[in-house]
Amino acid sequence: MDELSVLIGGKAGFGIDRASLVLAQIVSQLGYRIYIYRDYPSLIRGGHTFSIVRASKDKIAAHKDKVDALIALNQETFDIHSARLKEGAVIIYDSDSVKLGALPSRSKPIGIPIAAILKEEKAGEIMRNSCAIGAFCKAYSIDWSLVERVFWKDFGEEAKANLQVASRGHKTADTCTVLELLSKEKLPLFTGNEATALGLIKGGVKAYISYPMTPTSPILHFMARAADKFDLKVIHPENEIAVILMALGMAYCGQRVAVGTSGGGFCLMTEGLSLSGMAELPVVIVLGQRPGPSTGLPTYSSQTELDFASSAGQGEFPRFIAAPGDPEEAYYLARMALDISWKYQIPSILLTDKTLGEGTYSFDPELSKEPREQQEELWDRIGTYKRYQDNERGISPLANAPDREAVIKANSYEHDEYGITTEVADLAKKMQDKRLRKENYLAIDLEYCECVKVSGNRNSKTSLVCWGSNKGVCIEVASSLGLKVIQPLILKPFPLKQFKKALEGVEKVIFVESNATSQLAKEVLRYGITVNHSILKYDGRPFSVEELTERAREAAA
Amino acid sequence: MRELGTYAPNTWCPGCGNFAILNAIKSALSSLYDEGLPLENVVLVSGIGCNSKIVDYINVNSFYSLHGRVLPVASGIKIANPALTVIGHAGDGDAYGEGLEHLIFAAKRNIDVTVIIHNNRVYGLTTGQYTPTSPLGFKGRSTPFGTKELPINPLELMLASGATYVARGTSHGMELLKKIFKEAILHKGFSIVDVLQVCVTYYNMYEYYDKHVYEMTDHDPSDFAKAMARAMEWDYNKEAKIPLGVFYKKDAPSFEEYFVGRDTGKVNRDAKIKAIFEETA
Repeated sequence: MDELSVLIGGKAGFGIDRASLVLAQIVSQLGYRIYIYRDYPSLIRGGHTFSIVRASKDKIAAHKDKVDALIALNQETFDIHSARLKEGAVIIYDSDSVKLGALPSRSKPIGIPIAAILKEEKAGEIMRNSCAIGAFCKAYSIDWSLVERVFWKDFGEEAKANLQVASRGHKTADTCTVLELLSKEKLPLFTGNEATALGLIKGGVKAYISYPMTPTSPILHFMARAADKFDLKVIHPENEIAVILMALGMAYCGQRVAVGTSGGGFCLMTEGLSLSGMAELPVVIVLGQRPGPSTGLPTYSSQTELDFASSAGQGEFPRFIAAPGDPEEAYYLARMALDISWKYQIPSILLTDKTLGEGTYSFDPELSKEPREQQEELWDRIGTYKRYQDNERGISPLANAPDREAVIKANSYEHDEYGITTEVADLAKKMQDKRLRKENYLAIDLEYCECVKVSGNRNSKTSLVCWGSNKGVCIEVASSLGLKVIQPLILKPFPLKQFKKALEGVEKVIFVESNATSQLAKEVLRYGITVNHSILKYDGRPFSVEELTERAREAAA
Repeated sequence: MRELGTYAPNTWCPGCGNFAILNAIKSALSSLYDEGLPLENVVLVSGIGCNSKIVDYINVNSFYSLHGRVLPVASGIKIANPALTVIGHAGDGDAYGEGLEHLIFAAKRNIDVTVIIHNNRVYGLTTGQYTPTSPLGFKGRSTPFGTKELPINPLELMLASGATYVARGTSHGMELLKKIFKEAILHKGFSIVDVLQVCVTYYNMYEYYDKHVYEMTDHDPSDFAKAMARAMEWDYNKEAKIPLGVFYKKDAPSFEEYFVGRDTGKVNRDAKIKAIFEETA
């Protein structure tokens, strides 16, 4: 089969998240490309949680509404999701607790007395997942030795007990179909958060500082676990204000540092962001978007912070904003953001979201680009050191404490070239010009980088325009509808030249955004670019392939 | 004494208590330099307020940061490079108001930085409002009929939060200030020095402090209970004698120690990342 979608659902606390990853790893071992969509409420136990594991022969980065298989660990899962079942669907359910209702034709229900099996095996409730996975593998004729291999890798010491329970599910189930082994290279599975973390590490961060907040907490967890391995300083301070100020203290010492948060935490960071602009201290901020205003929908996704990230912080100062659309781009852009920040001594913001951050994807390192090499400006040790030396490009050479020949003065006030406070009118203007001048050179630098990606049918007169995590679904939909896709990777400074070039020959421009006001469309309108249509979604859920196909077809007509 | 000044014009009011603190810290740094502390290893961090201008007046490394944020900046610097000597200057509005959570957490972590609080018990730069240490009934521009809240006792708070060096001086006691500053800087762990400083323009307590302060001579700073009792002798509100000197001093592990030895640059990150890609596939 070319592709397969499996929904596994239960109550929060059932371990659905982990189960979906184990299932994905098994399917990934057969050579399929994976995408997992995770949907969970903002609570620890109870409430409905589900994941959709989608596997395909081709690389994918979106989920579909309809599923080929349903694993229902409780009644609610069946009741909520049975409408998604395709004809001939496989339904694996706990026959001890789930009563099936109406099913599509040729369905293959497989009831497993999971509760009874767990009781007989004296296994904990969390192992119900393994029992269901065992049944799934039988239904799809997946080689048992492959299941064993994945379990041993994933469960460590608990592998044996889980395998025992899985084997009972396996024995009880019937074979329905065959998920054949593909002759394709197996790819690692990573979330966008993991790829971002690895990109930051590869880019040379010495420290990662963060206060927990969905959807970027997993970066903090990843970094904390990886601290010894990669020689990192990982700190979780009292709040996001401390996060960014500590980071700037480290940047003052010349250390590469990144922080992570979501909209609410970013609100607290804005005074630090502005300080970064004024004191010319670099920092990379991973801003994982989720729906607001305020607490909003904490565990869901949005693209609502483009306006905010673009203008956050008092005063006027240059910044670099990039929006990765998949883990390969996250891995690449995290490194690029560090390089740009440290070369230009400005803050960078990586705009991710819950869909990208917590979604799992097959990650192809070959597809992740190498960032263009950038050099930090270092002091040549001639004359008296001036931390804020004014020069042609506005980039003052760096010295780091301790340096016997340099007194290094950073300042949040307007300051002279030495970093001493000033209120002199001419000097204030000169220094503001110096800081802003860096942006002109950054824009020139970016002309040598791919800031706007073009894919799909390049000859189409109709183009979808998207940014961030909508990339995957747009590319898939565009390929079936014969449309072009334009995806700006860099949002500040806006790559106008490359964007206009991408629009050549396009007569109808359709923006696809996960917000209510079409923030990217508003941005390009400022440059006089025509926006014909915006397809917007702001219920916290990502577009499914079916939904976007429908809406893009209407908009393109 | 080394000349540590800069060309920045001093803009404090004539008679301001900040001059005494400036002279005392310069003198302490000079003396530490004579004893072998390289001055390039010193980083001063200030917040915002009259006091914070001090970093413009001393020719050593500095980070003039934001109101309330002296401690996270100082902590970041110390964690980045534990070999640096990090000294913070903050006002009472800055450290005890806007940045109180940072102060408590710095004490809780016992990070090896020193913070000197220029405590004049009034907002000077914003022209005369009450602060967290102004006495009950203080008439400021935001409280023209007197405050309705009691002050906090910062020494009691710092002791409760885990600070391992807690001391108090006044801007009219240079010798004691110099001594305490030097000792606080040399102390390994979180040091706080609360300096009762006069604000000649908005809250001139010169005579009051002169009449009430006394230097502790019979106090054992290793005894936490006694330190607490001494700290509570004066609550920044009622009429009482005001003890000066070192209230508490204790050796304890400091936060940045945990990070010493990181960033050796010896880890081959590329190889380890590649291994993760391979293991995960």
